[in-house]
Amino acid sequence: MHPVLRTVLQRLALGVLTLFIVSIIIFASVQMLPGDFAEAVLGQAATTETVAAFRRELGLDQPPVIRYFDWIGALAQGDLGTSFSGRAASGVDRSREVAELVGPRLMNTLFLASMTAIIAVPLALFLGITAALKRNSFYDKAVSTSTLTTISFPEFFVAYILILLLGTLWPVFPSLADVSREMPFWDRVYTTALPALTLTLVIVAHMMRMTRAAIINLLASPYIEMARLKGEPPARVILRHALPNAWAPIAAVIAFNLAYLVVGVVVVEVVFVYPGIGQLMVDAVSSRDIPVVQACALIFAATYILLNLIADIIGIVTNPRLLHPK
Amino acid sequence: MNTELSEVTGSEANPAPKPQDTPLLEIRGLKIEGFADEKWNPIIKGVDLTLHKGEVLGLIGESGAGKSTLGLAAMGFARAGVRFAGGSVTFDGMDLLKMPERKRRKLWGTRMTYVAQSAAASFNPAHRLIEQTVAAAVREGLKSESEAIADAKDLYAQLQLPDPEHIGSRYPHQVSGGQLQRVMTAMAMSPRPDLIVFDEPTTALDVTTQVEVLMSMRKIVEEFDTAAIYITHDLAVVAQMADRIKVLRYGEEVEEAETREMLAHPKQDYTKSLWSVRSLRKEADPSEDVVLRAEGIDAAYGNKVQVLHDVSIDLPRGRTVAIVGESGSGKSTMAKVITGLLPPVRGEISFEGETLPPKLKDRSKEQLRRIQMIYQMADTAMNPRQTVGEIIGRPLTFYHGLKGKALEKRVVELLEQIELDEGFYDRLPGELSGGQKQRICIARALAADPDVILCDEVTSALDQIVQEGILKLLMRLQKEKGIAYLFITHDIATVEAIADEIVVMYQGRVVEQGLKDRILSPPHPDYTELLLSSVPEMDPDWLTHLMEERGPHPS
Repeated sequence: MHPVLRTVLQRLALGVLTLFIVSIIIFASVQMLPGDFAEAVLGQAATTETVAAFRRELGLDQPPVIRYFDWIGALAQGDLGTSFSGRAASGVDRSREVAELVGPRLMNTLFLASMTAIIAVPLALFLGITAALKRNSFYDKAVSTSTLTTISFPEFFVAYILILLLGTLWPVFPSLADVSREMPFWDRVYTTALPALTLTLVIVAHMMRMTRAAIINLLASPYIEMARLKGEPPARVILRHALPNAWAPIAAVIAFNLAYLVVGVVVVEVVFVYPGIGQLMVDAVSSRDIPVVQACALIFAATYILLNLIADIIGIVTNPRLLHPK
Repeated sequence: MNTELSEVTGSEANPAPKPQDTPLLEIRGLKIEGFADEKWNPIIKGVDLTLHKGEVLGLIGESGAGKSTLGLAAMGFARAGVRFAGGSVTFDGMDLLKMPERKRRKLWGTRMTYVAQSAAASFNPAHRLIEQTVAAAVREGLKSESEAIADAKDLYAQLQLPDPEHIGSRYPHQVSGGQLQRVMTAMAMSPRPDLIVFDEPTTALDVTTQVEVLMSMRKIVEEFDTAAIYITHDLAVVAQMADRIKVLRYGEEVEEAETREMLAHPKQDYTKSLWSVRSLRKEADPSEDVVLRAEGIDAAYGNKVQVLHDVSIDLPRGRTVAIVGESGSGKSTMAKVITGLLPPVRGEISFEGETLPPKLKDRSKEQLRRIQMIYQMADTAMNPRQTVGEIIGRPLTFYHGLKGKALEKRVVELLEQIELDEGFYDRLPGELSGGQKQRICIARALAADPDVILCDEVTSALDQIVQEGILKLLMRLQKEKGIAYLFITHDIATVEAIADEIVVMYQGRVVEQGLKDRILSPPHPDYTELLLSSVPEMDPDWLTHLMEERGPHPS
């Protein structure tokens, strides 16, 4: 087997193992959340008996170990379980499948994340590479300063500034990003423009600075001096001699920021009233809807693991020492 | 300088190329400054240099003399943090320093090329060798890509690289250092430049590899009648390569002369001192009183790679045993086994007849105290945040329990022994020169009051004059204190200077061992012969004779 394939499979297996351990941690920490769904739904007036009966119905009376294995067992078969919300002590069960709740929200989040990534990643790479090329110039300083400025503001502030500028003063884009399922693709792009721009401003700085640093770090290497002494023009020195050796750290920081786009954007969702998975999870936590909380947390963990895995693989395949062993 | 030149170009042997009306390269009053400690400091202080077509000029001097800076300046190139402060560099009638970099780039990689010291670091790990070899020639349209590739393969063959048809499709990490150095020479030759700057191209190589690379480089430079500047700190090497030699010190020219003239009659004291280092020699003094004995050592890293096979070494009290061999021969591994850092798979180490525990952590403090070690890189062997007093004081407290005034007094005594004054007590390693750092490391080893010191390439990173000082110090300490040295080195000149006995190692096995005079005089086993005959000698005809002896295909 090619060593790279073997390494990738090893990482994949490690990723699955990590996900398994994370599932235990998620389950354990949800157990430790204060409060209880049954009490929250039934209110303070409920008698101990009704609470106990309701808990039995939900399966909350089982010991945690059994419940964990029930959950993880169903999960392994692709069943995320049933949401608690919609159930009431009245016996009328209007509850929905977790997958049904999470699915469309996750799609919305991934849509926004992809849209942001499509703008932000090329922009950050372009700015990082050009800043490295013209390091210490006015351009470099301007890029660094402006990206640092945008990252220094809290994201809700950036969001409101953009709403003010592009939603109210010059109404180019809608201030609210209330997408619906039936919306045609381009309408959806138009509607989510402001949250995507906000997130772009938030993540570009980190990726751009890392790209710049990774390249500049290599410019001191003897092989870069050699390239210059072979008469390579500055742009080629950067693109052909430094960049191919800089992908590993750049991919790592891009993965980190993309993961953030999936798991960390609840504030931006709230500002733009965007129906993403972050809001769903916050709602689920406040209503103590344990199956939904667990499902969201697991999706977030899987996102991190998967994106880091991809970054690792990029690091491996761009390293000729690993790709072409002796 | 021109008058000086005309005096020496008359000598008959190794005729210098005929001086032509316009030299290829003419450097006049060149001044270069480097930025450090918030100000610009002079590196090159007004140097003149003339190079004619097809001529090879050797630049020699200690590190910090400005050799590399001058070599790069000959191409009109200054590293980051370095600037031209005056003078002119005229290449084929063009003043490089007055040209915009865009125009200079047109010359770089085409009419003037560069061969760097560390081939492994100077090839881009991301691209195949052949792409890197032909890049400049193809970019500037000197040749079509297919022509350039065919030509590169020819060059690989002329440089005696194995499998010249296919070696180019490899990545840099897939070939050895000696091969990479030859590929780099091919890369420099690919556009058929007028000038090649060789910057210490063989310093990082083993002697046996070095001699092959030297042969290849000399052959190809002669073949294409390329002018070259050959930078090195190794006199014997430059004697083989250069028509003329220029000696640099502190950014100034000390003297310049035709090679034979320079070797036979160096004029300046500094040049003479460079020459004298190699004459240091100690008489071998046999002894049967063994203090440290290694018997039948097999050692391996992990479970896989066995690096030592049945190695036995006896170290007599108060004597020096030198272990010589090229990199990968297992020299340093042997030191690790003796110190207990790498427990052997088989065999044992005994000290004064008593078997030492194989693992470091099982040894008693007294056993540890009696065997000390000095490393090649004095820089990294010291904590940069500790003062000299703390560094030397630590083993005094650890082994001898010294504290307060007694400790201070002892540290100062040790400083005196290594010929440094007490003013060094509060200095940090970063404030010391390479030779001073190595002296501090010696003092630290002495502080334990050991019977045996393992010296792992302790002079390899130092300039020749500094080396001489360190070697003399070690010999004096041996005489005074009866310390035995196990001296690991790849440098035969060092061995001649200090060893009583020699152990020759090759691929983890002892090839030959015995008293110095016996090992260094014929007959030799094959490997010892190869090793000894590869050590460059000051005789400028040495390489020529060796090439004749070894035949047309030395590798």
